[in-house]
Formats: sequence, C-alpha cells, structure tokens
Amino acid sequence: MIDLICICCPEGCRLQVDPDHDYAVTGNRCPRGETYGREEVISPVRIVTSTVRLTSETVPRLPVKTDRPVPKSVMFQVMDEINRVVLNPPVRLGQPVISDVAGTGADVVATRTVTA
Amino acid sequence: MTETDLVIIGAGPAGMAAALAARARGVGRILVLERNGFYGGILNQCIHNGFGLHYFGEELTGPEYAERFSTELASAAVDVHLDTMVLSVSPDRQVEYIGPKTGYQVVSAKAVILATGCRERTRGQISIPGTRPAGVLTAGAAQRYVNLDGYQIGRRIIVLGSGDIGLIMARRLTLEGAEVVAVVELMPYSSGLTRNIRQCLDDFDIPLLLSHTITEIRGKHRVEQVTVAAVDADRKPLPGSETRFDVDTVLLSVGLIPENELAKGAGIELDPVTGGPIVSDRMETSVPGIFACGNAVQVHDLVDYVSAEGRRAGDHAADLLLNEPAAKEDLISLTATGDITYVVPQQIRQSSLSAGIDIFLRVKRPLPGGGVITVCADGTPILRFRRKHLNPGEMERLTLPHQVMSQQTAASFSISVEAP
Amino acid sequence: MVDFAVIGAGIVGSAIAWELSKYEADVVVLEKENDIALGATRANSGIIHAGYDPEPGTLAARYNVPGARMIPEIAADLDVHFRQTGSLVLAFSDRETQGLHALLARGQKNGVPGLQILSAEATRALEPRLSERVTASLYAPTAGIVNPWELALAFMETAIKNGVRLLLDAAVTGIGKEEDHYRLRTADGREVSTRFVINAAGAYADEVSALAAGKLFSITPTKGEYFLFDKSAGETVDRVIFCVPDELGKGVIIAPTVHGNLIVGPDAEPVADKDDTATDGARLAYVRSRALQVIPSLPFNDNIRNFAGLRAAADTDDFVIGFQAPGFFNVAGIKSPGLTAAPAIADDIPRRFAAAGYPLNRKAYWQGKRRIVRIRELPAEEKAAAIRANPAYGHIICRCETISEGEILDACRRGMKPVSLDGIKRRTGAGMGRCQGGFCGAGIVAILAGETGIDPLRICQDKAGSRLFAGRTKSAGGTDD
Repeated sequence: MIDLICICCPEGCRLQVDPDHDYAVTGNRCPRGETYGREEVISPVRIVTSTVRLTSETVPRLPVKTDRPVPKSVMFQVMDEINRVVLNPPVRLGQPVISDVAGTGADVVATRTVTA
Repeated sequence: MTETDLVIIGAGPAGMAAALAARARGVGRILVLERNGFYGGILNQCIHNGFGLHYFGEELTGPEYAERFSTELASAAVDVHLDTMVLSVSPDRQVEYIGPKTGYQVVSAKAVILATGCRERTRGQISIPGTRPAGVLTAGAAQRYVNLDGYQIGRRIIVLGSGDIGLIMARRLTLEGAEVVAVVELMPYSSGLTRNIRQCLDDFDIPLLLSHTITEIRGKHRVEQVTVAAVDADRKPLPGSETRFDVDTVLLSVGLIPENELAKGAGIELDPVTGGPIVSDRMETSVPGIFACGNAVQVHDLVDYVSAEGRRAGDHAADLLLNEPAAKEDLISLTATGDITYVVPQQIRQSSLSAGIDIFLRVKRPLPGGGVITVCADGTPILRFRRKHLNPGEMERLTLPHQVMSQQTAASFSISVEAP
Repeated sequence: MVDFAVIGAGIVGSAIAWELSKYEADVVVLEKENDIALGATRANSGIIHAGYDPEPGTLAARYNVPGARMIPEIAADLDVHFRQTGSLVLAFSDRETQGLHALLARGQKNGVPGLQILSAEATRALEPRLSERVTASLYAPTAGIVNPWELALAFMETAIKNGVRLLLDAAVTGIGKEEDHYRLRTADGREVSTRFVINAAGAYADEVSALAAGKLFSITPTKGEYFLFDKSAGETVDRVIFCVPDELGKGVIIAPTVHGNLIVGPDAEPVADKDDTATDGARLAYVRSRALQVIPSLPFNDNIRNFAGLRAAADTDDFVIGFQAPGFFNVAGIKSPGLTAAPAIADDIPRRFAAAGYPLNRKAYWQGKRRIVRIRELPAEEKAAAIRANPAYGHIICRCETISEGEILDACRRGMKPVSLDGIKRRTGAGMGRCQGGFCGAGIVAILAGETGIDPLRICQDKAGSRLFAGRTKSAGGTDD
C-alpha cells in the first residue's frame, strides 16, 4: 500500500494506492483523485506553468501552462522550450504558444489575454 | 460630494465576485475602486494552477481565474476605477479616494464592501540579526518580480517559512534555473498545504527543515551567507546546531495578514486573531452598512472560497439596499475555544439560523489522527463534526445545518476540537 | 580650480555645502557612496539635543545650543519635518536625582533655556506610560526630533540649487599639496583642484586627514543598535526620553519620530570596522531590557525594523574642528550631538576662513526656500488642486505610506538623481511602511529606470553593489532583452 497526498486541488486528500490490486485508490473525495493516485504511482505527471517573453513595453511576460499534465521527468525539457519563445501581443487566453511541447503531446497555451 | 449605492474597495477575486453578485441582484449604482492598474489583484502573479475547482469545476491558473471574472465585470454595468487609492472610509460610509484620472473625490455610499485583500508579514525579516544586504525579500514580492516583470531575483536561494507562496516560489525559481537550497520552518509542522510540499518541494528534492530558523544573515552588499539553527520546543535556537548556507537570496514566507487600515479608520471592530473585521454570517462588520469579504476578513487557502465570500457580501449588501431595512436584529456570538485558532463568522444573526450557516475555522496545532469539532449552544453540545486530518495550514469549512440551527435559542455558540 | 572641496556628504558635509552656497565660491562635494547621508546620518536617533549634556568648554557644548536654536527656522525654510517635543532625562534613584541637578547646572552653564527639574508625579503626568519607579526628571523644552537624512538631503538639494556640485561614487584616495592649492584624486581616477579642503568624512575623517598630513587624530566608531516600531506605537511617548547614565552605562533613548513611529536605542559598542552596521541578537536583547525598565508596556511586537548606526567618535573625546594646514579644515569626530550642532558648525565656517585670511562674499541672490509636495499631508482641497495640476500626484505607488508617483518623480528631479530603492525611500518615505517595500518595489524600480535611464538590472537596494536582481528570466535562450 502506498500513501499519497492528492495534489489535484488544495483539498489534499490522503490517498492509499494498492499496487497489488491493480493500483486501486482509496481516500479520494473525487474521481480526479483516483486518476492521480494511479498515475502518480505508475508514471507521475504534472502541469507545468511558467511565462514566456513578450515584446511589450508594459507587459514583459505572458503566463503560460501546459494544457495537460506532462511526465514529471520532462519538466525541465518543457522549460527549455518555453524559455526560447518570444511573442508579439496581442495574445488571447488559451492561444497555443508551443504545440507538442518536448514531444509530450501537450500544448503550451497562454493563460491570460494581453491586448498590447 | 457624489452619491452612490454601493462602493466596493478592491477588484481582486473578492471584490469582483461581490460586484457581480450585487449587480445580478439589481443594485443600480456600483462603484469599484482598485489600487492596481488591472483587475484580479494578486491572482495575476499567481501563475500556477490549482484555482477554480470548487467555483468553476475545473482547474485554472490564477490569471485564468481572474480573467473569467474580469471579462464578466467589464461587460457588466459597473463603474470600475483602476489606479485608484482609497484614503479613508468614514463610519457613515463616505469614501475618500484619489486617482490620476479621477483626482481627489469623496463619494457617499449607502453600502460599502471592503475587499482589500491581505499583505505579507515581514516579522521574520526584522528579527534576524546580521547585516542588511539586498536579496532579502518576501515571497510575494519575489513572485511579482519573477512572474510579472521577468526578473531573476537570485541564483542560490533559501526560503524562511513554509507558507504556500514560499513553497510555490521554491518550485517556480527552481524551474527558472535557480537553486533553492532549503525551506526553513520554525514550527514542527508546515503552515503550507500538504499538496504544495509534495509538488513544490518533494518533486525537486528541496529539503524542508522543520523546527529550524535562520539566526543570522551576512553579506556586504548582497546576501552572501545565512546561518540556520535547529530550535527547541520553545522555538529557541539550539547552540551547536548551526549550519551555514552560501546563498544570495533569502525569501520570507512567514504568513499573511488582512489589510485592515481602512477598517480601523472606519472604527470597525477587529478580531485580534484573524487581524480582519469581526463579521456576521452576512459578512457585515460592526459598522452598519459596511461589509467585508475575502482575505481582508481572514486569510484563505482557496480563492474559490474568497469568491464565495465576496458573492455572499454582494448578496447581503444588495439585500440591505433593495429591501426594506430589517428591524435591528440580535447577533449571537460564535467563539473559538481550546485548540481552535479562530472561526469566521464571529457572529450569527437570529434570522440566519433557519437557513443554515457556513463557517470557516483553523486549528492551532496539527491533529494528525484527526479530531472531533464540537459546536456548543450556551455550553451544551449540539453538533459534532469528525475530521480525519486537521492542520493549521488547512482551513476547515463546516456547514451548520438548518435542521439543527433553527431549533436553537442560545445566547451564544462556541466551537472546540478534541482528538477522538 | 574650485574654491572649496568638501569631502563627505553626511549631515555635516551637507550643512557646510548649504552654508557655502550662500557665498560667491565654487564648491564641489565629493561623496564616496552612490548617495548622500549613508553613514552615521542615516542611522541615528534623530534627536535635536537641548544642550545640557556636553561639558562646558568643549566644542560640542559650543555648537550644540546654537544649533538647537537654528534648527526650527531651517526646518521651516527647507520644508523638513521637525517637532520641538521637549525631552525628559529620567532618574530612578536618589543618587540619579542628584545627577539630574548636575545636568541642570551644566545645561545652565551651556545656556540651555527653560530647564526644569520635575517631580515623579509631574513627570508621569507628562508621560503616563513611564515606569512607576521614576523618581524625578530633567525637562528640556527646546529638545526636538528631526529626520536626519531628510535634513541632509534638504541641505544638499538647496546647495545644488544654488550652484554647488556634488560628485557621487567619488572616494578621495589621494591629496596632493601644490603651492596654492590641493589636488584631490578619487578612487576612479577623477581629479579636483581646489584652493580649500573641508574634511567632513565622518568615520573616515582620520584617514582623509592623514592623506594630507601625518596622523593627527583617529576615529573609533561606536556602534549603536535600534528598534523602530510601527506607527501604532508612535504615541507611546510625546517627548524624547533619556536616562541618567548609571553603572551599566548610558541608558537607551525612547523617542517618537517625525513620521509617527517610535525609536528605541541605542547601545554603545566600539567597533574596529568602519562599515560594520550588522545587528546582533544579544545587543538588541540588551536594548530591549533597558527600554522595558523605562516603559514596561513597550509593545515590542510592533517592531518593524532593527538597524545599527556608527557614531564617529574621535580619540580627542570632542569634536575636531579647525585648520590642520593652511587651507585644509577638519570637521571631524562629530558624534552626538552632531546632528544638532551641524548647522551651527557650518555657520561658523565662513567666519573661521575669514579669520584665517580668506574672506568670503555673500551672494546677492540665494534661493533658500524649498517646498515639497506630500500628498498625504495636504488638506483635501490642496490634494485636489495638486492632482488637477499633475495627475501623477493621484497615482499612489506606496500604499502603506500613501506616496504618489508624482512625489517619486519630484525626488528624482531635485538636483540629485537617486539610484537605489533606499534612495527613493529616504527622499519620499516610499517603502518605509508596514510592507517594507513588498508591494511598491516593482513600481519604484520601473519609475527609477524610466527617470534615470538606469537599466533595472543595475538598480540597487542601497549602496553600490547591492543589486536587486541577478538577471532576467528567459535570457539563456535567444537574445537578452
């Protein structure tokens, strides 16, 4: 039995994952906890949030995130790609910034709208 | 002097939710005053995810969460003045403010909602002996410099205090290429959310030194070295336990405290524990017609609850403005005792008993085996809530059900916790 | 070739520059730091002493009382915060009460007006929070409080407005005597030729003196550590509170500040390092325990800052004021009551030079008034008018202290360009409040960069080298913006 703390939301449910019984998860208060518990033991993933450079005087950085969790092991590769991006405003929320980042299948998307 | 129905001070998550709620209820003239040049307050620099699961049912980053509200607010019939600083609120709800566009103004409001948020404590900073070099800053200030302005605040960093912003920044700075050598926490437990210890520290092998503190900062111009020592049960440094870390930056994450200057000026009664106004279940303060919500009342862990509190304040302000003024009602006190640090609201209106009441509380120390929270009416237990884990870093929310509360005739309620 | 080179821009050098700016003379001030008032001037008690303390006959006694008399008018002319609070020296035993009488006699000899011994009851009627153990006090109505660096900045800004030149980052490392002038060399290779040198180099005045002659005196700095309390504690006392020195040494001072805070300290510790302003837990604990003996209810939870300052004490145990060589004038060892004495010392300098055969002529036109817009201090109508005239006064940057963008821009445009966050803090109060700059730092960096043209990455917290940032994020890949 593996004890985990769910990181899906700030509730922090205490999970127990049973590798001997098909990674059955208990202690979760929502279905996301079940998914997290299994993945965390089998192959942990994380959403990466960061910023990219903008060519704007007033807004020098644009916040971004991966639109789905990526393997924990490639977080720094994801950052390397994010660090190379330079964008010109306007940018709208949700706009893709990098597609298939680090070969993960996830896109990096803008998390705010910048008009100028 | 101009007149208006409702002035809301702050356009962060609490103020925006309050404005939208009051507008939805039909309040006519609403004026929102925001000191920053943008909506959303601190959410703009909280670029990490974890927001909105309760309110929107999906996981958002801070800017995304803010933009949901600001888009709606921008199209609602609500006046918003940005870059506008409120200088004072009087007990009869005259709001004095200045801004580059508006100039100096005083507006008389029928109701006021304080949604001024919180600020970081700096206490940890001042009690550390040594030199006063550059490179000592609060985690929130660092978050702003890194996420909004794009500055690297240091290369080798130590974090004092394990508040959530400090944990989040430890991860953020690591991903940006800095080395975070340790997070140092005075108490034997962290004040941050467990999930943040897991995903911000454990993921990056950043040590969390519990029952430790920084005893000295050295550096001529920029931080060069800090001394970390273990502390005893009385939180006094243990001689001989010192370790030195060569770092160029010290981040302080030693807690948040409600911004209560305007409330103080208005003569509003404050709770010495939360640092915010004492409020009723309608989020009304001790001064009639002045409401408060969000981190100005109590420092929340979850922005979702801030929005909910803002909405509640907006709803009740609307009640006050749109309905016949209710007859003066008795307030029943709700008091934290024993290992409960505080409870919000601190007062319950007689008429609210029939509707059921949401309350928030924190415990003073971790109860790893969980605990039983007991609500008493005039000393007699009326409700018990069992919790599997209780932690000072994690706010508890309870709903006192109307089935029980509507039966109560007590003059006061109290709340306590015991290990099972 | 200039007429005067003043070395050091603390309170003394700034007051001298201000005084000399009234005369027809070319004046240059050389300051080793990136801003003025960074030595003893920025970390002391901020007290205008009435003048009963110095031994009659000393230079300290000679300049203290006249200085205290000059300060109120200077503060009004230069728009500097000053409050004539009066002071009390407390006695806690019969023996200490006798000490008060000795101080009274000394003060009367020094010409201090209005001194009075008060009973325990009268003392506690004035200051109800004082310990009940107080047995008597010496009341001095002419004592007051001022913000020392604010006064120094006002002196220097006014001097600059009247033609004085200030060289920053200009540490004097060489002094050559020519036939009728001196040649000063700075660490970065600049040279200034000057007829006269005034050495006001504070803790380093002995070294500057030695550059021109053999060692005439030496300075051992005395370190003192302080607590600064939040404004919520600002009304703990209305007057400056001293204690009669006892067997443990000179007691600590408890005083209001002109900005409404409360200051508690200092202790006294001779130190070897002239830049050692580190605080020490044990020293602070000592200050705390001494202060609690005076006011048992002092709210140490409201402490917002600790700091240490150095008093430049000379081994002569008095001020060192006078020519060491023709044309080379020392103003050194200006420990307490140096802040009070500074304008009186400066006032005397033209007379001293005239007496030495170098008479000076007054300028026909001298601009001696200085006015500062401080939005939070203006009445409502004046606030409205100020913002109408300049909307930047309506844009609040520092929310804790209500300091506007307009005030910060003004501070950058009064003759000296600040290059650090602390430079802005000293000029405007921005960043001095509860959040200690956490909220407003980014806004001030942006204004400072825009106004001075300094790359934000080079902006310092304080002295040269105290960089705020290590670089920019995202700068490893691609070009650095």
